[in-house]
Amino acid sequence: MSNVLVFAEHQHKTFSKNALVALGAGKTLAAQSGGECHAAVLGTGIGALATELAKYGVKKVFAVEHAALEHYTADAHAQALSALAEEKGCDIVVGAASSIGKDLLPRVAVRLGAGMASDITEINGDGTMVRPTYAGNAMATISIETPRKVISVRVTAFEPAAAEGQAEVENVAAKIDEGALKIKFVGFNETKSDRPALTEAKVVVSGGRGLKNGENFKTVLEPLVDTLGAAMGASRAAVDAGFVPNDLQVGQTGKVVAPELYIAVGISGAIQHLAGMKDSKVIVAINKDEEAPIFQVSDYGLVADLFKAVPEMKEAVEKLK
Amino acid sequence: MKILVAAKRVPDPNATIKVRPDGTGIVTDNLKFVVNPFCEIAIEEALRIKEKQGGAEVVLVSIGDKVAQEQLRTGLAMGADRAILVLAEGNVEPIAVARAIEKLVAQENPDLVLMGKQAIDDDSNVVGQMLAEMLGWGQGTFASEIKFAGDKGSAVVTREVDGGLEDVEVKLPAIITADLRLNEPRYASLPGIMKARKKELKEIPIADLGIDQGVQVKTHKISPPPARQAGKRVETVQQLVDLLHTEAKVI
Ligand SMILES: Cc1cc2nc3c(=O)[nH]c(=O)nc-3n(C[C@H](O)[C@H](O)[C@H](O)COP(=O)(O)OP(=O)(O)OC[C@H]3O[C@@H](n4cnc5c(N)ncnc54)[C@H](O)[C@@H]3O)c2cc1C
Ligand SMILES: Nc1ncnc2c1ncn2[C@@H]1O[C@H](COP(=O)(O)O)[C@@H](O)[C@H]1O
Repeated sequence: MSNVLVFAEHQHKTFSKNALVALGAGKTLAAQSGGECHAAVLGTGIGALATELAKYGVKKVFAVEHAALEHYTADAHAQALSALAEEKGCDIVVGAASSIGKDLLPRVAVRLGAGMASDITEINGDGTMVRPTYAGNAMATISIETPRKVISVRVTAFEPAAAEGQAEVENVAAKIDEGALKIKFVGFNETKSDRPALTEAKVVVSGGRGLKNGENFKTVLEPLVDTLGAAMGASRAAVDAGFVPNDLQVGQTGKVVAPELYIAVGISGAIQHLAGMKDSKVIVAINKDEEAPIFQVSDYGLVADLFKAVPEMKEAVEKLK
Repeated sequence: MKILVAAKRVPDPNATIKVRPDGTGIVTDNLKFVVNPFCEIAIEEALRIKEKQGGAEVVLVSIGDKVAQEQLRTGLAMGADRAILVLAEGNVEPIAVARAIEKLVAQENPDLVLMGKQAIDDDSNVVGQMLAEMLGWGQGTFASEIKFAGDKGSAVVTREVDGGLEDVEVKLPAIITADLRLNEPRYASLPGIMKARKKELKEIPIADLGIDQGVQVKTHKISPPPARQAGKRVETVQQLVDLLHTEAKVI
């Protein structure tokens, strides 16, 4: 029997789907081990956040406040989270495999002497887990052999926790040795967008090198994106060329998405790109090269010049409404 | 400044990966191996820091089979000064890699350890962070830019994170892990390749480092992912939109 502690990340004091998915997976792990599932919120002025989290069927929410936790930094958060896990007797620590979770959880694992499994996509009844390797071309069934375990979960692979009950919120004084801190937050340059978040959207439209430049993303792709109420993504080639910001990259080493509908426009379908979108429910490809590998994973493939097809598609979708 | 750079030997990212029918791993016959692309970026960054600052030393380290010599030679040919190969057979877990590098850090005393953010074979994205915690150092993961303070006592690292770019200041010594946009690695030149042959490549059996190699994460089997079937070709945009509406019911 092991108790589970879920790290509920927040950005600018709002929870993204990441926190609730980690909770969902945490509850599954707790049910399996016969322990209780708790959640931790770290930061400053996080009372309201903790209360909100308490609605999602956890046993307890620990609200950990400390000036050093005002902005996310790996070392301060690792200290506070691992101290909390020890204090509350939680042998399993779970978080999302987001940019924060990836940065933080390996440090927590070392502090706890725990084995770590990252980016898991399945939790099996026998205590094993599955994680994709080699850009999703080989699925590894693994088990953590140490008594303590740290796990990061792929956000697209688990259901977010549903609201149920009202847990108690316990305020906990953070244990942080400030003298040992080596990382200071300097600033965040946010990619401003009114569109849904890439990892949360029901529809994602991604553009690749075929778009040719950033201007075409704006004038050709974005009207379709917005007509569909979609999030916008991109291939690495489009990001490297500076057409769109870094955090739109979908793939093995970018974001993993699994929307209801994924539309790949002017993207060839390299394995690194497929690794980030092939679990989408319905995949559409628009590419002028009929041999493009993206067609091998597409439910609907249209061989066409995107500069003609995309504006046409926007018109046709508008007519549906 | 002394910079230690971790470089892993991995299958070519353009190669087709096939799972062995017995589930013990991937098919490696005729597979081409390269320096992990993120490690290549880390090596390039170390070389640029050296070129800018002068007087720096760039030391490569890899943990793996004897054949990983090839990848270290590639890094030496790019311009690194010397290399250390920690000899280990079979799969070395990320935690053991971090422990091995921790020992080398104690021997070498670098001011900076540069690594890739992720090895494209195990896709773990953990070793740099684990190492930073073991050493009690700061970390700047997923780096797309590194700027050193005048006195070199710290660095400001721009990080590719969800929702944008974040800047953190890390005290040196520190661990920095490279993301794709940090730089574009150079190719080794012919003179570089010639010179690399004479550069020091020291081998240390992993057992000599005296690290705990107990299994933390056990791999039971490797299976192919669920296959996805190609669907229909559509002829027109109108047909596509109709099918998405009436058949797939997603718009
Ligand atoms: C370590 C590593 C990590 C990587 N990580 C990622 C990752 O996370 N995500 C990712 O996406 N990639 C990643 N890549 C890169 C990947 O290998 C490919 O290079 C990249 O995905 C290609 O992007 P693309 O499809 O936009 O460009 P290309 O491969 O150049 O394809 C462009 C496509 O556009 C089509 N096209 C051109 N003009 C038109 C037109 N007018 N109308 C219709 N179609 C047109 C062409 O037919 C072509 O198929 C990674 C690579 C490495 C080595
Ligand atoms: N066997 C290894 N030898 C050298 N460096 C490694 C090894 N394994 C991992 N690394 C380094 O750690 C980084 C992250 O690896 P991983 O956590 O396995 O994804 C890699 O990009 C390398 O820089």
